[in-house]
Order: sequence, then C-alpha cells, then structure tokens
Amino acid sequence: MSQQIVSPEATIEADPTVPIIHIRREFAATPQQLFRAHTDPDLFVRWIGPNGTTTRLEHWDARDGGSFRYVSVLEGEFAFRGCFHTVRPDRIVQTFTWEGMPDEVSLETLRFEDLGNGRTLLHATSLCDSFEGRDAWLRSGMEVGVNDGYAKLDKLVADGAV
Amino acid sequence: MSDRLSRVFAALADPIRRDMVARLAVGDTTVSRLAAPYDVSVQAVSKHLKVLEQAGVVTRTGPGHRSPVHLEAEVFDLMTAWIERYRRAAEERYRRLDAVLAEMNDEPDSTNEEKKA
Repeated sequence: MSQQIVSPEATIEADPTVPIIHIRREFAATPQQLFRAHTDPDLFVRWIGPNGTTTRLEHWDARDGGSFRYVSVLEGEFAFRGCFHTVRPDRIVQTFTWEGMPDEVSLETLRFEDLGNGRTLLHATSLCDSFEGRDAWLRSGMEVGVNDGYAKLDKLVADGAV
Repeated sequence: MSDRLSRVFAALADPIRRDMVARLAVGDTTVSRLAAPYDVSVQAVSKHLKVLEQAGVVTRTGPGHRSPVHLEAEVFDLMTAWIERYRRAAEERYRRLDAVLAEMNDEPDSTNEEKKA
C-alpha cells in the first residue's frame, strides 16, 4: 500500500453572531484539480456525503446559472438541490437545500486558495438563513459522526490510494 | 440536549451577552458590577442575564443585584463536542476527496481522461 500524504485536518468555526459555518481544509492538489473534483459529476459523486453513501446525480449543470439535484443513499434517501451562481476556477458560489427542510436554504461559497507546491487551501463558508437551520446542520454532523467509525474511513482512504 | 445547545447559540448571538460571558470567564461577579460598563439600564442587563440563565450559560446563587453570577463553563464543552462531530463528518468527506485527488495526480497528464475511448 502506498504512503498517503496526510493533510492537516479540517478546521471549523461556527460563528455565534451570524449563522455561518466556516470550514478550512488543505489538500495535496492544485486549485484546478480541486475545482474539477467539485464540478465534474463523475468525480463529485465519489467523495460527497458521509462514508458509505451512494450518490445518484439527478441533474448536474455546473456553470453560472446552472443547477443540481442529487440523492444520497445511506440508510434512506436524502435529496439535495441548489443553484450554481458562480462557477469559476478559484471560486464556486451556490445555494444548497436538503429537500427534507426546503425552507432552509444556505448560501455556500467555496474558495480555492493556491498555496503553491501543488497544495491548495479550501475555504468553505455556509451562510444559513437562521440559527435554527445552522444548528440543524451541525446536529446532522453529530449523527453521522456517531454512526461512522474511523476504521471504515481508513479503509476508504487506503482503497483510494491504491 | 440539542434544544439546549440551540438556546446557547441564540443566547450568544448578542454582543452585550457575549461580552458579559467574556467577563464572567474571569470570575463570578454581581449584576451591578456586570452592568457598570454598559450604557444600558440594570433592568436591561437583568434581561440579558435571564436569557443566559435560561440557556444554562450562567447561574445566579440568589435574587437581587448583589448576588454573584456564575458562568457554567460546562455548556461550552457540549458546544465544542457538537461542532467537533460536524467537523469530523467534513473531515471524513474530505479524506475521500483526498483519495479522488490522489488518483487525479496519478493520471499521466492533466488533460481529460478518455474514459470511453
């Protein structure tokens, strides 16, 4: 098994004054590669969602004014949809909704910051439309975190590295 | 527990209340002392305290403006745990993205792969 370059883990901030979740994560990839992994439908379905998820794209049009809808299958089906506002090599701005809570629409801004040497810092900001909505998202993360074990995660990472 | 955390977030969504919490982190103090630096009435400060109290962020040992107000640091541990689990879910997703990116790095060149060829 090849040695995987370990990136520093994701950092997260939940702002107490505005309903924002801000995540930063460094990747051993160029901004172009990160952009492709977020916009190419074949690549996107391979990593989105919690471990063990199968993602079915129903619609995918990753360009300014385009939209998407996908269904995540993991102990039930969860449909998500949104509109792409800006799709640019250094920046993606889109809306995001879980159809189970259709009134909670968040605005997602992804920035790919080139660190040089084939490394990129991803800034992912989710602006939710209420604290309740933001906190519901945080709770959903809690459930996933409880259900999924690290063993499963390690295996997937190892499989991908082969 | 989740409802409680929602109340904590809501309670901290106000700059005066955040400032009060920051000052209480140094040590217990009285309502009157808490109110002193603000350009608002003691009643207004009492209202803010009530919100913090209902969220379980602070406790008061007795009635009146001279009784000490105590910060319950333990609620912040709960908040941290909650956010940490969300972070882990994101980290998990991004490790899968790492694997996808690693495979992209292995491609002979960066032009689009000819999957159907």
